[in-house]
Amino acid sequence: MNAEIALFLIQDGLTNGAIYALLALALVLVFAVTRVIFIPQGEFVTYGALTLASLQLGKLPGTAWLLLGAGLAVAVVDLVQALRQGAAQRIPAIVFKYIMIPAALLWLAWWSAPQKPALTLQILLALALVVPLGPMTYRLAYQPLANASVLVLLIISVAVHFAMTGLGLVFFGAEGSRTPPFSDAQWKLWVLNISGQSLWVIGASLALIVALFLFFERTLYGKALRATAINRVGARLVGVSPVMAGKLSFTLAALIGALSGILIAPITTIYYDSGFLVGLKGFVGAIIGGLVSYPLAAAGALLVGMLEAYASFWASAYKEVIVFTLIVPVLVWRSLTTHHIEEEEE
Amino acid sequence: MSAAGPGVGGWTRARFVLGAFLAFMLVAPLVLPEFHVTLLNYIGLYSIVALGLVLLTGVGGLTSFGQAAFVGLGAYTTAYLTTAHGLSPWLTLLIGLALTFAMSLFLGFISLRLSGHYLPLGTIAWGISLYFLFGNMEFLGGYTGISSLPAIDLFGLALDSGRKFHYLIWTVALLALLSIHNLLDSRSGRAIRALKGGGLMAESFGVDTAQMKIVIFIYAALLASLSGWLYAHLLRFVNPTPFSINAGIEYLFMAVVGGAASVWGAVIGAGILTILKQWLQDLLPKLLGQSGNFEMIVFGVLLVLLLQRARDGIMPLAVRYFPGPNKPFSIVSQALPQRARPASGETVLEVKAARKAFGGLVAVNDLSFSMHSGEILGLIGPNGAGKSTVFNLVTGVFPPTGGEVYFRGERIDALSARAIVTRGVARTFQQVHLLPTMSVLENVAMGAHLRGTKGVVSAALHLERSEEAKLLTEASHQLERVGLGTCIHEQAGSLPLGQQRILEIARALCADPVLLLLDEPAAGLRYQEKRALAELLRRLKSEGMSILLVEHDMDFVMKLVDRLVVMDFGEKLAQGLPQEIQTHPAVLEAYLGGVK
Repeated sequence: MNAEIALFLIQDGLTNGAIYALLALALVLVFAVTRVIFIPQGEFVTYGALTLASLQLGKLPGTAWLLLGAGLAVAVVDLVQALRQGAAQRIPAIVFKYIMIPAALLWLAWWSAPQKPALTLQILLALALVVPLGPMTYRLAYQPLANASVLVLLIISVAVHFAMTGLGLVFFGAEGSRTPPFSDAQWKLWVLNISGQSLWVIGASLALIVALFLFFERTLYGKALRATAINRVGARLVGVSPVMAGKLSFTLAALIGALSGILIAPITTIYYDSGFLVGLKGFVGAIIGGLVSYPLAAAGALLVGMLEAYASFWASAYKEVIVFTLIVPVLVWRSLTTHHIEEEEE
Repeated sequence: MSAAGPGVGGWTRARFVLGAFLAFMLVAPLVLPEFHVTLLNYIGLYSIVALGLVLLTGVGGLTSFGQAAFVGLGAYTTAYLTTAHGLSPWLTLLIGLALTFAMSLFLGFISLRLSGHYLPLGTIAWGISLYFLFGNMEFLGGYTGISSLPAIDLFGLALDSGRKFHYLIWTVALLALLSIHNLLDSRSGRAIRALKGGGLMAESFGVDTAQMKIVIFIYAALLASLSGWLYAHLLRFVNPTPFSINAGIEYLFMAVVGGAASVWGAVIGAGILTILKQWLQDLLPKLLGQSGNFEMIVFGVLLVLLLQRARDGIMPLAVRYFPGPNKPFSIVSQALPQRARPASGETVLEVKAARKAFGGLVAVNDLSFSMHSGEILGLIGPNGAGKSTVFNLVTGVFPPTGGEVYFRGERIDALSARAIVTRGVARTFQQVHLLPTMSVLENVAMGAHLRGTKGVVSAALHLERSEEAKLLTEASHQLERVGLGTCIHEQAGSLPLGQQRILEIARALCADPVLLLLDEPAAGLRYQEKRALAELLRRLKSEGMSILLVEHDMDFVMKLVDRLVVMDFGEKLAQGLPQEIQTHPAVLEAYLGGVK
């Protein structure tokens, strides 16, 4: 290995690591606020990437139909609940939020896709189609079980991952897609070729991390989420609705997931089931941070990215094995340093 | 005592269904078409894996998504060694099991000490790693796999067709089922059933819960590996696909669908999912006009709905229709050996300047007292005075921040809860810690855990029946003693709260204690029951038992105890005889807010 390759691998590792770091942050966020281990995070990566890919081909993305379907399901569940509670005044809002908006987005996608609008508009449309699926998933799958044990919520997560992967296959097919890069620019820095796309990924990740930081530090909703993460009951007592906190954290996670997918779609070919492994690599990073520490999770995710880059150079066939085996020393280290506290759940 | 009562009709029905099932399995390969025999074979193979998960997830409350990888470990071990090195399949079975044992011990050891969700996350990573390892190892045939495995030779009979193999698979599956059924109905089984929701209680009666968790993880992994060995020799071909993480997830679905109410849940879950998958794989691609694993969507949605609507799976419904008999047990004359009692007047417990701080809050502040054998000491004080914390310090639930605790002259404040109960200190809890779905008798027998020695293997083979009879006899004696002799077969959760507290006393007595710690035993009891309880405690005292009592019913306490220690805000306010305490000015101040 010479310096050129080493530097190239660092660039590659940083690019992937930045994505894993974003995902790891979202996973820590969701776990802290809702105790959900958000395995389906990877599917949002896939959906984001493949929705953009469909739009770029001028096709109506399947996620537009999925959004309407999920919206209808949420509307049914919420309407039944509203009628049972005798709260008929909520009906118009439910119909508007979960039926009319998804239908309008479906129409917008159907109308605009063949015209191939500018990339920025395509990205915004893709996000608008995918991100609402986050809170809808929370409403349908998790909210009825919000007080269940971490383990039950984890099994739910795996079930949701299963269903979403299958739906991905229905809507996007088994073919993989790769989108054109945001920028074709290349800079030569000493021996290293820096690609514009890498800069996009790293820059966007940093911008998103800063935005998240500002959100949590400066806004009322951000503070409400932090309060829920620290003490669920206490936050509820001062008026933070756990349903709102759950939906908001899932919205953020879906946004981060879909955006990550859009960022990596030009770098790697994405299939309907690719997101799972991408999301799990974010998980390995998050576990390094014990699922609680944001900075450690981000650092862990960068380490995963680096390890992956070097592993694909030295032993490309064993890349995944090496990355996922990283969890073993991490667990050993955590189990030696964590003082075990007996949990009494259920 | 024998089977009797309302369970009998259901039991006859259950036996009839079991008989019909066995007859069907016996005849099936002779009459059914090849396709159906194959389906039955797969159901048998999956049942073996799902059985392990019923034990691990349904009963033990732990989860693994990596069982498919253990199946793969068993399958690939035999595939490689029988084809490349020509070893006998029987030898490779043992090698596969040994490898699985080592691997699961290692994985369990590193992840089970952490909180509950690290095991499933660890098994996901392990499942993915092993899948890619199988696919990339040259000598394992890569993604094409290994073919031409030898047929299993059973006493000269080559099992070279699915029809012949059927009998081997289902014999193994039913033996595995029986072994887990036996295991759950034993001393170790009670400990395993306590893992979910009763960890603190189990530790207080000497169960090494960490070890139990590893044991059931290994048991489940070994069953998976065994299923893999059968699979490899049934198909005589292996490739990585059936051992992927998705297969691991499907195994878990089977266990969840079946539910943990009965070991048969595994077979039913495996059956339903296998048939459903077959049907959906025919139907969905036609419906959608493209090919793919669309059954994933249905499985995912189904599981979410099941967990939302019927978290215990579908087995509880079946169990309601086929209730088993009351577990028969016979009273045996041999009693369990008893601990030597301390001499009269010996100092049993000595607490010296014990202190416990939770962050800035000092719950117990330099408290000292001592008690001698055959004494009933009352520990009273307003709510939040630190009484239950004193209990937790003495019984080792958490270590004191400072000070010393001596039991019969031995310092115990650094010991674990398990080590302390071994020495003869047993307790009840302020909030009852029972296993509500277990019978009263089994709950009480938990208390005698340390008086038995037989482990998991002899339990699975039911070689420990004589010891088990002694334990149950002891439990029923203690139940008679506390006045619950008439409801030993009822579910503990169905008793009124007051009786649940009495049940806890019987459980504590089963541990053959020298010192008994009772946390509000009279709460929720009626007048007559309180009198009976006081009578019982006096009798225990006359047998030399020392009793430390926390209780709010002053009438009950004052008539019963020899001495009192009064606590307020973590400190000792006063101590002395009941009549001294009743007129103690500081005590009156604390309780009544000062008398003007």
